[in-house]
Amino acid sequence: MKTENQKAWFFVLPVLLLVAFNALVPIMTVVNYSVQETFGNNVFFWQGLDWFEQILRSDRFQAALGRQFLFTFLILIIEVPLGIIIALSMPRKGIWVPVCLVTMALPMLIPWNVVGAMWNIFTLPKIGLLGYFLNDVLGIAYDMTQNPFAAWVTIITMDVWHWTSLVVLLSYAGLVSIPDAYYQAAKIDGASPWKVFRYIQLPKMKTVLTIAILLRFMDSFNIYTEPFVLTGGGPGNSTTLLSIDLVKIALGQFDLGPAAAMSLIYFAITLLVSWLFYTLMTKDDQQ
Amino acid sequence: MAKITLSNLRHSYLPNPGGAEDYALKKIDLDWEDGGAYALLGPSGCGKSTLLNIISGLLTPSEGRILFDGRDVTDLPPDQRNIAQVFQFPVIYDTMTVRENLAFPLRNRGVAEPRIAERVAEIATMLEVQDMLDVRASHLSPDNKQKISMGRGLVRDDVNVVMFDEPLTVIDPHLKWKLRSKLKELHQRVRATMIYVTHDQTEALTFADQVVVMQDGEIVQIGTPVELFERPQHTFVGHFIGSPGMNVLPVTETGGKVTFEGHAIVLEGKITGANGNTELGIRPEFVALSDEGLPAHVRKVSDVGRHCVVEAMVGDTAVKAVVEGDVPGQGAAVHLNFRADQTRLYRDGWIATEMGT
Repeated sequence: MKTENQKAWFFVLPVLLLVAFNALVPIMTVVNYSVQETFGNNVFFWQGLDWFEQILRSDRFQAALGRQFLFTFLILIIEVPLGIIIALSMPRKGIWVPVCLVTMALPMLIPWNVVGAMWNIFTLPKIGLLGYFLNDVLGIAYDMTQNPFAAWVTIITMDVWHWTSLVVLLSYAGLVSIPDAYYQAAKIDGASPWKVFRYIQLPKMKTVLTIAILLRFMDSFNIYTEPFVLTGGGPGNSTTLLSIDLVKIALGQFDLGPAAAMSLIYFAITLLVSWLFYTLMTKDDQQ
Repeated sequence: MAKITLSNLRHSYLPNPGGAEDYALKKIDLDWEDGGAYALLGPSGCGKSTLLNIISGLLTPSEGRILFDGRDVTDLPPDQRNIAQVFQFPVIYDTMTVRENLAFPLRNRGVAEPRIAERVAEIATMLEVQDMLDVRASHLSPDNKQKISMGRGLVRDDVNVVMFDEPLTVIDPHLKWKLRSKLKELHQRVRATMIYVTHDQTEALTFADQVVVMQDGEIVQIGTPVELFERPQHTFVGHFIGSPGMNVLPVTETGGKVTFEGHAIVLEGKITGANGNTELGIRPEFVALSDEGLPAHVRKVSDVGRHCVVEAMVGDTAVKAVVEGDVPGQGAAVHLNFRADQTRLYRDGWIATEMGT
């Protein structure tokens, strides 16, 4: 016998309140700003979808978005294969396992702005260790404060240094969960190392890799602190990624309306790509 | 197909084994005849999986040689030994279809495609999985997955030996007997040497022509299921095989006479050896309730369906008897009769009577 009453609402209410105050209210505030114009003094004028149109049409936004996609694409194609290779070459048993795991986890334990500052000092020409070494010892002209290409190489290297560990640790977790019998069966079946990777290790790592790529996509697409501290978006606008541009508009120029519209577009893109990727990756399992 | 010889085999997982207790396998000498169906039976941790992994080449023994048809393969890796192994948990390649799974060992060895198709079809028919050839292997039920991993072993027609390492562990009970009879049937069709490792006596006795019983890294007895049942060479075999297991009763031996709880016992034949700890072994099937014999009182009666198992106390020792028909009630005074030709003496665990004539 099922009893029907409205009590369940009371149990859901606390969560609803929590979600409302940490998600719904802030987002709706942004939505509110995105359709209005203000000159301060709490006076607002209705603007409709003008800001959205203006942002989407602006060269500045398109350029920042392009740089953002390029950045995310580059770090993904470096970090994912590199992470898998490192995970594959890590020991599965013995005293070196904790040593490897802790070494791998170290970069991730460092606060983001510290990472930016570290790499800034490390790579500054003349005074930075790497900057000095490249310029004055090897004679390679390298100045990430002047040269856009050098700036890109530096932010990519920094992100690879900071976050490849995440892919490594997740892949490693997937790898150690494979029972020995699989490797033994593959040996008996005469499978080559490539086939062992292709048909045993990769399928078993698929779930954790999906999560790793998803996390790396979202984090790198929303990245702000590290490149901001390292290059400040320069030289020129060459490393001005979406979030850096957004902060410039919102806090630098105090254009709240366009900044709000841009945030929502930004959010929608992140959500859409994550959803598409996740749906594609998990499609096979549901057949 | 080949005859497999294990000679002077010892294995230890420790780098510098000292005494006998450091060895997981203690000196194994054994021949597996070509085309035989063998079971390797023993409790968990007795070294049967170690032995299996040594034969397949996944482990290299600390000492001793392995010969296939007289050829030394001790140092060959698994893929060059031409063996097949089915593991406790079904090992299948998730992303491949059933067909690709079955073809995998052949493709790795560069067999021509028409031949592969032929073999896969043959094996699929044998295993009755023809209708699922194009299904992704990850979508199969556990028993079908286990069938496929068996199939990957059988698909190579030059395979020397197929080994099963407790293959029915994850299979539902009602499918176990089906798969077991399938295995038996497969053996009759392909006539490959098969070694079946298990701790389940029913599986061992139904599958194998010859059962090898192991305990603590040693082979205790090799024989047909009937031999193991009727004349266990060691009290462990008597106890391990049979349900309930053999009665092992403490006795005293003086001047060729054996007494149990103060009663003289007639044995199957002459006593061999001397000294040591002596025990009497008799299967419950050969203990009868009668009007005369050892006086006892019934402590427990359990009805197991076809017959009842009566546990009676002779002095301070419990003796089990299998009784068909009328059973006495709990506490009843009865007399037990041991069938003389099935009553044996064991000295320090090993049989110490000669077979009667």
